[in-house]
Amino acid sequence: MAGSSVKPTPVLKDELDIVIPTIRNLDFLEMWRPFFEQYHLIIVQDGDPSKIIKVPEGFDYELYNRNDINRILGPKASCISFKDSACRCFGYMVSKKKYIYTIDDDCFVSGSLRADSVVFVSVSGDGAWNIMVDLKFLDPLFHGFLCFRELYLEKRYRSVVGMVAKNPSGEQINALEQHIKNLLSPSTPFFFNTLYDPYREGADFVRGYPFSLREGAPTAVSHGLWLNIPDYDAPTQLVKPLERNTRYVDTVLTIPKGTLFPMCGMNLGFNRELIGPAMYFGLMGDGQPIGRYDDMWAGWCMKVICDHMGYGVKTGLPYIWHSKASNPFVNLKKEYKGIYWQEDLIPFFQSAVLPKECVTVQQCYIELAKQVKEKLGKIDPYFIKLADAMVTWIEAWDELNSTAK
Amino acid sequence: MSLANIKDSDVDIVIGALHSDLTSFLNEWRPIFSRFHLIIVKDPDLKEELRIPEGFNLDVYSKSHIDRVVGSSSSMVFTGYSCRYFGFLVSRKKYIVSIDDDCIPAKDSKGFLIDAVAQHLVNLATPATPFFFNTLYDPYREGADFVRGYPFSLRSGVACALSCGLWLNLADLDAPTQALKPEQRNSRYVDAVMTIPSRAMMPLSGINIAFDREAVGPALLPALKLAGEGNLRWETMEDIWSGMCVKVVCDHLGLGVKSGLPYVWRKDRGSAVESLKKEWEGVKLMEEIAPFFQLVRLPQTAATTEDCIIEMAETVKQQLGPSNPVFTRAAEAMVEWVKLWKAVGSGSSPL
Repeated sequence: MAGSSVKPTPVLKDELDIVIPTIRNLDFLEMWRPFFEQYHLIIVQDGDPSKIIKVPEGFDYELYNRNDINRILGPKASCISFKDSACRCFGYMVSKKKYIYTIDDDCFVSGSLRADSVVFVSVSGDGAWNIMVDLKFLDPLFHGFLCFRELYLEKRYRSVVGMVAKNPSGEQINALEQHIKNLLSPSTPFFFNTLYDPYREGADFVRGYPFSLREGAPTAVSHGLWLNIPDYDAPTQLVKPLERNTRYVDTVLTIPKGTLFPMCGMNLGFNRELIGPAMYFGLMGDGQPIGRYDDMWAGWCMKVICDHMGYGVKTGLPYIWHSKASNPFVNLKKEYKGIYWQEDLIPFFQSAVLPKECVTVQQCYIELAKQVKEKLGKIDPYFIKLADAMVTWIEAWDELNSTAK
Repeated sequence: MSLANIKDSDVDIVIGALHSDLTSFLNEWRPIFSRFHLIIVKDPDLKEELRIPEGFNLDVYSKSHIDRVVGSSSSMVFTGYSCRYFGFLVSRKKYIVSIDDDCIPAKDSKGFLIDAVAQHLVNLATPATPFFFNTLYDPYREGADFVRGYPFSLRSGVACALSCGLWLNLADLDAPTQALKPEQRNSRYVDAVMTIPSRAMMPLSGINIAFDREAVGPALLPALKLAGEGNLRWETMEDIWSGMCVKVVCDHLGLGVKSGLPYVWRKDRGSAVESLKKEWEGVKLMEEIAPFFQLVRLPQTAATTEDCIIEMAETVKQQLGPSNPVFTRAAEAMVEWVKLWKAVGSGSSPL
């Protein structure tokens, strides 16, 4: 039976790495400082390795650029994408921690502001609102200020309301903490609970939920969502350029076994020990016929393997604030092939069966790579290349992680 | 995309009266119910006369009606919470909304009264997306859409046949769970509707539902009657059984089931601890019921809801019957229900 969690969430500062791909700069880290400062960061620098990416003072990090990746992996570096945030999965491979949190460099803290917490407001030349907030109103442990930009102005109220965190019990609005909660509590993939995550405080299993399934399954992935700029594909962006996600849905739920979903890599946590080798983000970007399908590919592979291994995948909270809408025309060019190919990819993943002899994630992944080559190779030679890269990835993973259990 | 507009005249609101005094219940729902036709079915075991306030367009059915229509030998199946199924049987509307008589309208997180009926009808009028999970939940809601990576060929969705709402205050927990946390009340308003994926099973509570009667009417059936069944939801499983039948049928026929909004406010009633003292029968039975429904597959030849129910009844009798006579009786009730539906339920003329 699910109990209410009165204990504080463990910080896991020595068990979790934060992986950030970047090609421009890491200014956004300032905003996350109070939440990220105690963790180790793995920064994967994409693009020109001669460019120096400045990391704000005070963060504990390791940074890898393309030269580092080539040096460490040698010929196997071919499986790591170039000029695409898919390169982030290199960070998963070199991490030595149990958990990974990955976030894009245009994602910010989500929280709600009380009117009396606002210290200073200005509007800059580009029309963006700059609002300085005394953080002690968000969390008594933090002191200092966060600067919010591009807030959604709620006309109904006279105060400026930022992103919405409607939790009435005053829980910390800390994305990382919520991911940790999600990962440390079980999932329920075998039977859908209509009150969503039964392990959350104030929730439980509903009448009719079999008791034998109430222990749940280990949670492998925690998939967070985004307020403001939603993760739409290019065609949808073109049709609805002004749509913003303003709906805060206060829930975490487990995606049922046998059901696939589009996994977005913008705000993602996972248990590296359970599912790390399945989180390969594929071949995207420079020299590849496709982009913006890295996280999708990883998500489909991951879900098939989680279903096979009996692990759970959660989606929902936490929300982050996604600030930048990428250029839909650029996106269309990158996604174009993916939009066609996914019509074949989805049935492939929906019907993929892994033999029971596959008992480790690596074995499952190699088997999946084989099936990709056999069944998807005829769609485009890209998939043959991808299948080979999937195998290379596992070889590289095992090499770098050979001391792991 | 075009939304099918549901006319008020397409809807029946069916209320199973387990309490004789419906005055405050109907007055609370008046702003929402008054434009619709209501069917009130009085629990045949209820001795007192029903008290119903003025100003509603309604038909009331009681034991004598039930006896006349279905014959007194069958009427036992319509007792307690199952009396509402008689209302489903005699309705001639396309859509039915049914809410327990101990629930009143709830308020959303901004303090506005929730029109549960309107939300249910929107859920039924917009497509469901059971084949692929959309991480922004219902893509047809205003301000939402399909996310990147959602296959385009699946974006037209399928028809939604059943809409299951939720409950604030007293959630639909089972007796052991509520007894362990007697003070726990559901105060979390989750602002989402979502389609329950195909082949995913869940306990479908009957407290706050709406469905397309034309599409799945025969699948909402009073079949599983516990030996110690009582007048509290903690003491029944009939809706859970019925809900699983509907889900299997929907999965087979390619229809959708949605869960989430709307919320109703469920009043405190009864004692979980007292209910717990009675029997754990329902809880024990779920251990067999759940895997059965997860694995049952219907033959391609079952093309209508009635066919599906007949097939399922046979499988229930064969696979579950041997372990407990309650299942054999359920299977028989399912077959009888389909006969009853064909005889009484599928005509177009009013009763």
